[in-house]
Amino acid sequence: MIMKTNDHDHGGQTAARTIPVRVLRQDAPGQESYWERHDVPWEPNMNVISVLQKVAAIARSQDGRPVAPVAWDCNCLEEVCGSCTMLINGRTRMACSALVDRVLEEHPDGIELRPMSKFPVVRDLVVDRRRLFHSLERVKAWVPVDDSFDHGPGPRISPEEQEEAYPLSECMSCGCCLEACPQFTRIETPRREGETDEQLAARRTAAYDQGFIGAHAISQAVLFNKHPTGRMMADERMTALTAPGGIQMCGNAQNCVAVCPKHIPLTRSIARAGRSATLWALKKLFDR
Amino acid sequence: MAQPRVLVVGGGLAGLAASMRLAELGVEVDLMSLVPVKRSHSVCAQGGINSVNALTRQQGDTEWKHLDDTVYGGDFLQHQPPVKEMADWGPRIIDLMDRLGVPFNRTPEGFRDQRRFGGTLYKRTAFAGATTGQQLLYALDEQVRRFEVEGKIRKYEFWDFLAPVIDDSGRCRGAVCQDMVSMQFRSFAADAVILATGGCGLVYGRSTMSMVCTGSAVSRVYQAGAAYGNGEFIQVHPTAIPGADKLRLMSESARGEGGRVWVPRTPQDPRDPRTIPEAERSYFLEERYPKYMNLVPRDIATREIFDICTTEGLSIEKDRLCVYLDLTHIPKETLDRKLGGILDTYEKFQGVDPRTNPMKIFPAVHYSMGGLWVDYEKSPSGGMLEGSPRNQQTSVPGLYAIGECDYQYHGANRLGANSLLSCIFSGLFCAAGVQVSAGAKRAPATESLYASALRRQEERHEALIQRPGGGENPYGIHHELGDLMTRVATVVRRNDQLASAYDEVCALEERWRRCSLSDTGNWTNQNVVFTKSLGDMFPLAKLILKGALLRDECRGAHYKPDFEMPGIAATDAEGKRREAEQWCDRFEVNTNKWLKSTIANHGADGHPQITYEEIDTSLIPPRPRLYGLVGGELIEEVWRERLRARSTPGGHRATEGREVEATRS
Repeated sequence: MIMKTNDHDHGGQTAARTIPVRVLRQDAPGQESYWERHDVPWEPNMNVISVLQKVAAIARSQDGRPVAPVAWDCNCLEEVCGSCTMLINGRTRMACSALVDRVLEEHPDGIELRPMSKFPVVRDLVVDRRRLFHSLERVKAWVPVDDSFDHGPGPRISPEEQEEAYPLSECMSCGCCLEACPQFTRIETPRREGETDEQLAARRTAAYDQGFIGAHAISQAVLFNKHPTGRMMADERMTALTAPGGIQMCGNAQNCVAVCPKHIPLTRSIARAGRSATLWALKKLFDR
Repeated sequence: MAQPRVLVVGGGLAGLAASMRLAELGVEVDLMSLVPVKRSHSVCAQGGINSVNALTRQQGDTEWKHLDDTVYGGDFLQHQPPVKEMADWGPRIIDLMDRLGVPFNRTPEGFRDQRRFGGTLYKRTAFAGATTGQQLLYALDEQVRRFEVEGKIRKYEFWDFLAPVIDDSGRCRGAVCQDMVSMQFRSFAADAVILATGGCGLVYGRSTMSMVCTGSAVSRVYQAGAAYGNGEFIQVHPTAIPGADKLRLMSESARGEGGRVWVPRTPQDPRDPRTIPEAERSYFLEERYPKYMNLVPRDIATREIFDICTTEGLSIEKDRLCVYLDLTHIPKETLDRKLGGILDTYEKFQGVDPRTNPMKIFPAVHYSMGGLWVDYEKSPSGGMLEGSPRNQQTSVPGLYAIGECDYQYHGANRLGANSLLSCIFSGLFCAAGVQVSAGAKRAPATESLYASALRRQEERHEALIQRPGGGENPYGIHHELGDLMTRVATVVRRNDQLASAYDEVCALEERWRRCSLSDTGNWTNQNVVFTKSLGDMFPLAKLILKGALLRDECRGAHYKPDFEMPGIAATDAEGKRREAEQWCDRFEVNTNKWLKSTIANHGADGHPQITYEEIDTSLIPPRPRLYGLVGGELIEEVWRERLRARSTPGGHRATEGREVEATRS
């Protein structure tokens, strides 16, 4: 049921089990996507990364046609670098921690891989997630230190504060929360004819600045607004969070927290940021 | 005058630290990485970062002792001035990372908490949960992003460093790189280039390293003339989780909390491990090391686990080498409280709960102590002189190396929690000297220099793309290379195996020349990027094997049973004393012969040319590393007597755990 028997097994020994894998491929931006089927020999302890490694090594589709290896992003394979996000049987998750046997328990027909839908496809399962890092710029997700020279230790922090900050700081910018968010919609800026790199980059940035900032960056704004030095620029972060594309766009679907592979309390961050935004707006009103 | 421009290749801890400091100094920085820098391999470091701190200082700890632990742990195979400087900078670096917002664990009073790591008696290790590397990297990533917004740093992510551009005088003037999305080539002019590209674990196929740790950038500058030091010193961690795609680390703390390592006495016993009676299990570490039990030093644990599976054939699986690491005798609540994070990782990737089932583990390649040879300028106080353009400079002027890809800090064996320190330190420290080097007046490099360097890379690329179909499969060759290197050049090394493996690597390299690509396109072609990096693994594999073959001794991670110095066998006092004297005689002979860094230069014939470099041991005289050796106490006593006898009035005193000022004897 789960595995099918492969008749083309070498040497006529015990028939090898194979896993049916369907990949939604796209050769380049702006091109049509298409499904491709691969049969991958099953091994114990496989994850989706090892499936893709086998697809690359075999370089033939199920019907024996030579095909280019499927392109995908990965690096640490320990669910800490945030590279390998994709849609696995419809669910946004990291490919490294997607164990094949577990996926097949839920989806006996096989594994289905698609690129994230909220980011422009570069090729196959590789998407362009520059917007995600740009959002960190929008909320100034850093501690504004004077310089990197020696000024003694940082501020004292209670264990409770540390325990609150640490989970937020585990965010690896994988983008799962954005993929699952109904308010976060895809922004694609294909190059116009005659457009230079600089012009394209400026247009792209302007487009990103109008789009929803998303749970990922909101949570980072909360993290830095809680840090004793980080909060010295809390006002600037609040300006960003209340600008177009800011926190007011959150529709409270709560999908983000459900898909976060690091179980970061994203909805708590959003609620906290929302309260601060309201207070900040009132303060601004009275300060006028 | 225009500001100098520096190209930093690699965006892990070292590359980010250097970029941040350079930007602060007003240098224009181009920062290049195979992946978005936030996704660099430094995120995988778990344990922590070492430095002397307020608490340990009051218990008698000093920077000098951190230096001593580091060089003793490294079996004295590193120049001591850079290590001294690093240890001295430790407290400042932790303070800086603290200011940058790293969520270090805290004491109830709000100070940074510290834990104890291997190779020291002090709680020197600051940590942030089980993800210290990730937290440190993010803090630097955030600062670099800040400079990026200010226009002081320009990032090139998803770019591959292909070759340094070197002028007629031999100076590095930039690099040729390739955009891995559009596959476009570009020459980057730079007044200095810094490589911060990490280790080369993928030469061993699967390791605990990330997929970008191919060593390709380092290999490319090595092939362009940069010298490589101590390549044969590769750290193998005793406990990793074998996976089809990579080997994931299982922290030493699992054994620290009572984990027991065992195999069934019957080879490949098919029974559920939980049903195998005690009498039919071999707790081989406990049996062989009744004093240290499961917490023998890393290198010994690694060797024993390797040996029981290979030599004794007691691996629990037939097709895959592994042993049990068993925590099931410990109450679940205790495990959750003390080891929660790492047990979740095991469960996540193995789909098995280690609280109720013994884990399956095996040693895995973990860290490259060796790397590009780099220079330093000694300071009057015996450390490194800040601001010297020689610091961290490779044998190619204008080309620098920092972090795991240099050979500078860890000698023959790295201590846990010292790598994060060496990465941040070398990155921060080198910046002032790089600025001097980059800012020096020199004639601009010619356009044709860049154009011809670019053309060479385009030609290499085209030649690969146009190879006829039906040839060798690069992924298959990588698999074979990894298996071969793991078999002969990790835990136990034998000269006959190393010699024949060298020939096999040459044969694999020949087969690589006949590889066919399965993707011949020019858009996000990961196939060609991988095949190039595979081709660049062979020069590294060869220098690792050659260095290991020639080094006929045991030192740190390099273990050759044929050259082992056994402990004391005699039982009577006189015999013991005589053997201890003989042991020390032999140790002195061996030190004179082998306390040198292996230096590899890429020969025109494609083979490494090996020479040796004397080591600056001016601060702490080398002494035997005796942890766990039978009769070790007596040998140590004899050795101290000899050192005392040798010291001259007003000159050097032997180290007795206190600070000493000693010069090389």
